[in-house]
Amino acid sequence: MHQRDNYFQNLLSRMKTWSRINSPWILHFNSGSCNGCDIEILATLTPRYDLERFGVKLQGSPRHADVLLCTGGVTRQARDRLLRIYSQMHEPKFVVAIGACALTGGVFRDCYNILGGIEEVIPVDAYIPGCPPRPEAIIDGVVKLLSSLQAPAVGESGQVSIDEIGTEVK
Amino acid sequence: MSEVGKRESFTIPIGPQHPALKEPEHFLISVDGEIVTDAVVRLGYAHRGIEKAVESRTWVQSLYMLERICGICSHIHAMAYCLGVEQLAGVEVPPRAQAIRVLVAELERIHSHLLWFGVSAHEAGFDTLFMYTWRDREKVMDLLEGFSGNRVNYSVNVLGGVKFDIDDAQAIAIREAVSFLEERTHHYLDVVTKDTMFLQRTRGIGVMTRSQAEVLGTVGPTARASNVYREIRVEAPYAAYDKYPVKIILDNRGDLEARFVVRLTELFESYRIILEILETLPDGDLTTRIPRRIKAGETVSRVEAPRGELFYFIKSNGSDTPERIRARTPTICNMMSVMKLLVGHQLADVPMILAGIDPCFSCNDRMVALNRGRNKEQLLTWEALRQYGIDYYKRRSD
Repeated sequence: MHQRDNYFQNLLSRMKTWSRINSPWILHFNSGSCNGCDIEILATLTPRYDLERFGVKLQGSPRHADVLLCTGGVTRQARDRLLRIYSQMHEPKFVVAIGACALTGGVFRDCYNILGGIEEVIPVDAYIPGCPPRPEAIIDGVVKLLSSLQAPAVGESGQVSIDEIGTEVK
Repeated sequence: MSEVGKRESFTIPIGPQHPALKEPEHFLISVDGEIVTDAVVRLGYAHRGIEKAVESRTWVQSLYMLERICGICSHIHAMAYCLGVEQLAGVEVPPRAQAIRVLVAELERIHSHLLWFGVSAHEAGFDTLFMYTWRDREKVMDLLEGFSGNRVNYSVNVLGGVKFDIDDAQAIAIREAVSFLEERTHHYLDVVTKDTMFLQRTRGIGVMTRSQAEVLGTVGPTARASNVYREIRVEAPYAAYDKYPVKIILDNRGDLEARFVVRLTELFESYRIILEILETLPDGDLTTRIPRRIKAGETVSRVEAPRGELFYFIKSNGSDTPERIRARTPTICNMMSVMKLLVGHQLADVPMILAGIDPCFSCNDRMVALNRGRNKEQLLTWEALRQYGIDYYKRRSD
């Protein structure tokens, strides 16, 4: 009996990973970017590059999304919204930081209204550098993230709950 | 249950993360049933503090900083800044550099208008058109990448000229792409003026009369669609626009359809100018020497961005860093017109009317000080304002 349970659980988790890899739904949030990366994300979804062939679909609601694409350094005003959107997403969730600003703050580092990169606020799973990254780079980053999901450890561990991040204002 | 005869109003918060636009902005829309009764916008989610940051950077560093105000119209920001600084320094830029600046500015206008056209078709639920325009837009992106090496933020400008030259192979590529796009634009113009489904979303929606457009201070294609004669390329030609005159495109209907028609017709002007520049590109240097320290003084630089008038105020105190730079971007001028236009429309028309001004919030989020409800004017000296800033952030960090 015990062995059979294990078998089904194993099968179920493999099926979940399989479906997650084959059709990740993405959500896009701009937390203070110059718009360049956002346009490149959109360009990635359009016919020339067609990220949708990997089953990727742009979603409107955080509650439907698996992957959060973040662009731009985090501004003081957008910080709380970013945290809220992250907490509204279901586990397991993945964050991709796109562009130099999302990585470290980029040229806007040390501006009075910029807290820094996305990782200052929420944990990030994949980093795509560039100002802005080319659509090919974004595709490469997303594919690398998806192929890393095949190793089960990444999906389950490495997730930090919203309470652990803390809400102190820097 | 509300009382009989008394209508209940419902407020819908939209944003800052929302499926319609790719940028963060918060709207509070009050509705009575399906009809919008009031609209309030909260700006500043993308405010980064660029104007302050450039004060601690050199003139050259500021160029790259200001280019990143906006990722769509990055060239025009850099161009406005360069024109202003060159004017302050009293430097004459070679004619070839000016012509290349205009060429890139027009290419950027094409990519920006096609981008907007696709996004607003997407707002209307016409995703096929969105995909088609973005496919065609890649042609322009290829050109921009071809001579600058980057698809966005191409850094064509340097203080005193341009960085990249146009050679014969590139000129051929540009001609090919332009003739392809010209044909496509005829088709798109056909779609927006003849497609019944699309016209139902645009014709007679968001009508702004000429007097309204003037009172609300709109700029760019939004104003020109309401028959307001406002186009910096025509009124005050800068760079090489005096050699390549632009025909102003006006429409007197003032509705969404007019805004589509004006922007698409403007594309033909851009194609014509690009071809003309390629024919008559003057020979000569690309750059001229510019001093590291800019003479003390202040100047104003106005250019026509794809979205309307872009205004730069530049003040130098004679050192190697700017003393003050102020950018007024077109979206902030047009934004208030949207809040007025939304009232009385269906909730479903909100994204379309908003997209109709071609909003760019990363440009938009500049600092604006409003003294609402207080008639007394308040003047702060620079020292007092500085101290206020220091105290404010000290209080916040405590």
